[in-house]
Amino acid sequence: MSLLEIQDLHVWFDLEHGGELHAVQGVSLSVDPGERLGLVGESGCGKTTTALAAMGLLPPNASAAGRIMLDGEDILAGGEETIRPHRWVDLAIVFQGAMNALNPVRTVGSQIVEAIELHGRAKGPAARTQTGELLESVGIPAKRAERFPHELSGGMRQRAAIAMALSCNPKVLIADEPTTALDVMVQAQILELLDALCRDFGLALILVTHDLPVVAQLCDLGAVMYAGEIVERATVDALYHSPGHPYTRLLFAATPDLGSNGEVVSIPGAPPRLDHELRGCPFQPRCDRAFGPCTTIHPLLKSIGAGHAAACHLNDLPAIAAP
Amino acid sequence: MSSNGDKPLLEVDGLVVRYPVTRGLVGAMTRQPKRSVHAVEGVTLTLQGGELLALVGESGCGKTTTAQAVLRLVDPESGSIRFEGRDITRLGTRELRPLRRQMQLVYQDPYESLDPRLRVRATVEEPLLIHGLGGSKTERAERVRQALIKAELSPPELFLDRYPHELSGGQRQRVAIAAGLVLDPRLLVADEPVSMLDVSVRAGVLGLLDGLRREGLGVLMITHDLSTAARFADRIAVMYLGRIVEEGPAREIVDNPQHPYTRALLSVVPRRDPRDRLRPQILRGETPDAVHIPAGCRFHPRCPIAIEDCKRIDPKLERPAAGRTPTHRAACIRV
Repeated sequence: MSLLEIQDLHVWFDLEHGGELHAVQGVSLSVDPGERLGLVGESGCGKTTTALAAMGLLPPNASAAGRIMLDGEDILAGGEETIRPHRWVDLAIVFQGAMNALNPVRTVGSQIVEAIELHGRAKGPAARTQTGELLESVGIPAKRAERFPHELSGGMRQRAAIAMALSCNPKVLIADEPTTALDVMVQAQILELLDALCRDFGLALILVTHDLPVVAQLCDLGAVMYAGEIVERATVDALYHSPGHPYTRLLFAATPDLGSNGEVVSIPGAPPRLDHELRGCPFQPRCDRAFGPCTTIHPLLKSIGAGHAAACHLNDLPAIAAP
Repeated sequence: MSSNGDKPLLEVDGLVVRYPVTRGLVGAMTRQPKRSVHAVEGVTLTLQGGELLALVGESGCGKTTTAQAVLRLVDPESGSIRFEGRDITRLGTRELRPLRRQMQLVYQDPYESLDPRLRVRATVEEPLLIHGLGGSKTERAERVRQALIKAELSPPELFLDRYPHELSGGQRQRVAIAAGLVLDPRLLVADEPVSMLDVSVRAGVLGLLDGLRREGLGVLMITHDLSTAARFADRIAVMYLGRIVEEGPAREIVDNPQHPYTRALLSVVPRRDPRDRLRPQILRGETPDAVHIPAGCRFHPRCPIAIEDCKRIDPKLERPAAGRTPTHRAACIRV
């Protein structure tokens, strides 16, 4: 049993003009204390929806099915009732735009104090002391608690948002594109901070991002999403060096890299729409190695090695020369 | 092509752009000194036709302001801008108009830059109408088709009657590029042209710019992404607080960086191979704001190798001792 296990999660959105969009289609993943999992994919692949579902923060037009097991308890089963006691306490999330997570007309410190008091972790002076310690732990001098969000730089605001998410000492932190809007040097500072939180405090991290190199550098494990499904799950080393799904391989090949002079190639086409049932493999129209069964049979996520799973018919072929 | 064959397409010399900082009524009444943001402080660069120069740096370093000044969208305080040998620094609106079509801008966000109510045909034709070019309706239609083909949206018939919302992000950015190309410009300024696009389509748009460059277009690309610059640019110029601190052939800058800021920046760029673990040299603190620029070398407060002299001496861009190509320049007294 893992600390957090998402099992066979489905999310549907009701569309304005009728019909529904099957945004997450049977996603399963798990994290343990101190583990860093990267959830990677392009826009619209369902990675953020998966994160929001785990937090019980889906918008009203969405419905979810499946299990979200936290320490063995299914917190999705009873809806808001069963999720609320764990939200921010055991599970916390940081979003891309830190500005949106912070109230612009209140000081950073008072917002964290409120979060601590609201969850009954401490009161008054004790809560203020804790706030100071929290800010210091994410690299913000405690005296800056008196600042308003707009008085802090982008990097400092993201740190403050992380401090707020950590205010109840959660076991799992979900970070949704936490560095996407930041400069590369500030990104490095934030990634270093997340790394230290996992290493030193045993925090479990789910990093949701489109940025493969960030996952390759920070995470132990990676899960690649496409069209609402996880198409490959493995250590980041295996994802790069022995990918079991053409999409993973092509995504890396489309990413420019400082260390290599090789060709950078984009993936033709675009992901499928998810408002109707798909036939065959969802990646088949863009795949460079599609063959017979790909147009008709939907490949399932299957183990292809220790800790390595992929959803691709190629893995069922007898070993022939790989590209 | 160019009427001044051997002249560089673009020469920027000692460019300075400052924006006044509002003091407010109280500030003015209490006679606080006038302040300004020193957005660009003496930038010198050249760009040849058929060359792609990447201007790289963190937000606030002045790279976008430099591009805007080149396009004469903001007025420089001093310095000069020459386009095909002609000084355009002080040209008025009317004199600039014929030059505008020679210099086109591609914006970062193709979701914002295209008019959602216009079909692709109208978006790409609009610049011709504004500049009164393209002759008859049939001739204009042909130029629109050709521009779409150049932007690799072919066959054009597939796209002409579509609205932006019917296109993917990559296709939208190609439409925006086509709307620039329809005027047959000599210079294309691309401000973070792929940062809003999905990873899987970025390479295609960058490859398109690369192809246009090969056909003789000069491309000035503004980017914060060193990996992209390393792969697609001929030369890289690294900016810090309004200055170019290092410049040279892209591969030389990436493989043999000399300025400590460039070195630090390169060291924190994540690599896609997990085994290629970084030894990041993370600079503490943040870039000072461009109102209070440090004396001497503007990088010295964050510099890992600064010495006493760095607080006094404002270094010039010069060939570094360990530079491997004659065009490699760095602004640091320690290299």
